Amino acid sequence: MAELNLVEAVNLALAHELARDEAVVLLGEDIGANGGVFRATAGLQQRFGAGRVVDTPLAETAIVGTAIGMAAMGLRPVAEIQFSGFLYPAIDHLVNHAARLRNRTRGRLSCPLVVRTPCGGGIHAPEHHSESPEAMLAHTPGLRVVMPSSPARAYGLLLAAIRDPDPVMFLEPTRMYRLFRQEVADDGEALPLDVCFTLRSGSDLTLVSWGAMLHETQAAADALAAEGVSTEVIDVATLKPLDTATILESVARTGRCVIVHEAARTAGLGAEIAACLADEGLYSLLAPVQRVTGYDTVMPLSRLENQYLPSVERIVAAARKTLEAS
Amino acid sequence: MSTVARFDIDHIRFLDPQGEALGPLPDFARDPARLIPMYRAMYLTRSFDAKAIALQRTGKLGTFASALGQEAIGVGVASAMRPEDALFPSYREHAAQLVRGVRIEESLRYWGGDERGSDFAEARHDFPNCVPIGTQVCHAAGAAYAFRLRGEARAAVCFLGDGGSSKGDFYEGLNFAAVWKAPLLIVLSNNQWAISVPRSAQSATATLAQKAIAAGVEGVQVDGNDLVAVHHVAREALAKARAGGGPTLIEAVTYRLGDHTTADDASRYRDPAVVQEQWSFEPLTRLRNHLVKLGAWGPEKEEALARECAETVNAAVEAYLSTPPPTTAAMFEHLFATLPAALAAQRDEALRFAPRTAGGQPGGDHG
Repeated sequence: MAELNLVEAVNLALAHELARDEAVVLLGEDIGANGGVFRATAGLQQRFGAGRVVDTPLAETAIVGTAIGMAAMGLRPVAEIQFSGFLYPAIDHLVNHAARLRNRTRGRLSCPLVVRTPCGGGIHAPEHHSESPEAMLAHTPGLRVVMPSSPARAYGLLLAAIRDPDPVMFLEPTRMYRLFRQEVADDGEALPLDVCFTLRSGSDLTLVSWGAMLHETQAAADALAAEGVSTEVIDVATLKPLDTATILESVARTGRCVIVHEAARTAGLGAEIAACLADEGLYSLLAPVQRVTGYDTVMPLSRLENQYLPSVERIVAAARKTLEAS
Repeated sequence: MSTVARFDIDHIRFLDPQGEALGPLPDFARDPARLIPMYRAMYLTRSFDAKAIALQRTGKLGTFASALGQEAIGVGVASAMRPEDALFPSYREHAAQLVRGVRIEESLRYWGGDERGSDFAEARHDFPNCVPIGTQVCHAAGAAYAFRLRGEARAAVCFLGDGGSSKGDFYEGLNFAAVWKAPLLIVLSNNQWAISVPRSAQSATATLAQKAIAAGVEGVQVDGNDLVAVHHVAREALAKARAGGGPTLIEAVTYRLGDHTTADDASRYRDPAVVQEQWSFEPLTRLRNHLVKLGAWGPEKEEALARECAETVNAAVEAYLSTPPPTTAAMFEHLFATLPAALAAQRDEALRFAPRTAGGQPGGDHG
């Protein structure tokens, strides 16, 4: 078994699916000869040909728009948007077409499409290269929104996304691409979509997060453990549809919940999870639900980005608040 | 200085507005057995159109977009397609859709507020009406890529309007298809009006066909009210596409004789006298005159066709009005292949509060 980082795991999953199913096609900017600006598709055009690993002209609207036509006509396109900050020209196609084609035709046509895009900050990138658009996408009925938090989950969730019969937004946390290595077996085993993963069991507090923020969240859990606090950590993984059952079950045991995300706070997914706890888990709460999030500001350029991103210190502070309240 | 590239845009017309041949005609244009089905499809489209407006005016249909005056474009192009090709229409191309096998009652269901109207019994690969302007050009380019990749002799055909040619989606889809040499035909129905904005305010170009040049695509302008010209050019473009020659853009010049939709009143922004003038160029009379000159048509056949189309349309209206209402659960059933667990509670809530007459009445005016 190979030790892979997250971007290598993405590459492995793409190669596996290209080899397994000839309907799978990759398209995007610089994904062929260059292997993608992050090397997520390195070597794939050489191996599978320029017909199946397509360097497109530079136009995000048409990358997603043409992928929809491919998907409806029997291909399994995996489109890459180079950075999620450049996803916005394709939103029309995602919201008005990809997410609706099955419903609009009562199942006659469908859109088995994956849009992969790096997201999030913390890599000292230029302007518009550090976006966290998951809540915007999750608000769209008909779209699945998935974000892996480790190499193994990137591999297994991407296989599942490609095999899924409906459109999936696959948001890859850029900061995690090369953060650590993990053993990943190329066994073709997909992980389930639409469920949360419990990364760590605990009894005093539930920390809920996804993507790159799980790095800080787990570090916070370690810090709390040193103080004798038993913390459960949940990786949401599929942000839409949301597996509320796992979160509710956890909070029913711990009575405390802190939600951590990098995206801006207002109308973020933390609000949705908190609302779910208010709706269905209120009586098990021992303390008000806390959110540790990016601020409702524009994502700052690199010199301030670490002050924007939730830190271990902020997460621990929010956790203490829930512990002190009860 | 030297000229590095030079381009021309041809205008194709075979029949003048009175139906007189302007020169030698293609073979099919002298063959009544080929022309009469297309004349019938144009006539049926117009009969359907008039009935749909009447249904809307009496509260039995939602907002409807008429194709009045543009029948030759949809019929001429769709009649050149093969069943295995795929159509990517705008919302004003029921002429093409009827030729493709979309049923009038299906179209009525769609405009009457029921998604089942886009679950075509035939034309299973054709896209539903596209309401966001121009986006279908990208979908069609992607479909054409899929056909080419699999080595299939199929083509994608998309329709948009003069307004749509201002959208980035149009340029991007055109450009992708050109780079890919994809088997795509883009038909730009230039009916001179994008709701209230005239062609002159839409683009400073002399023709819309020339927009193809920037993408390295062949662009041709055709008299969109001349069925013979439209069909001829579409046949050539589709043959080229299937032979690996890449995409073609056809600008079909026509005139929107009706309002933008039943929710529009065009007399607010255009002179009815100009519209009246345009009636002398409309496509049905032109083709009928040509058929008469061929000795293949006369008043009796015209009357029989009128009766037949009225019966077909009336039967479709009956089928539409007697369609059982959609079920409440239908909102959830086709969102995903399998309903996610997270949505089950919302579906149950909708079912719990469903009125006894779920889905309302057919139609229901929304504008």
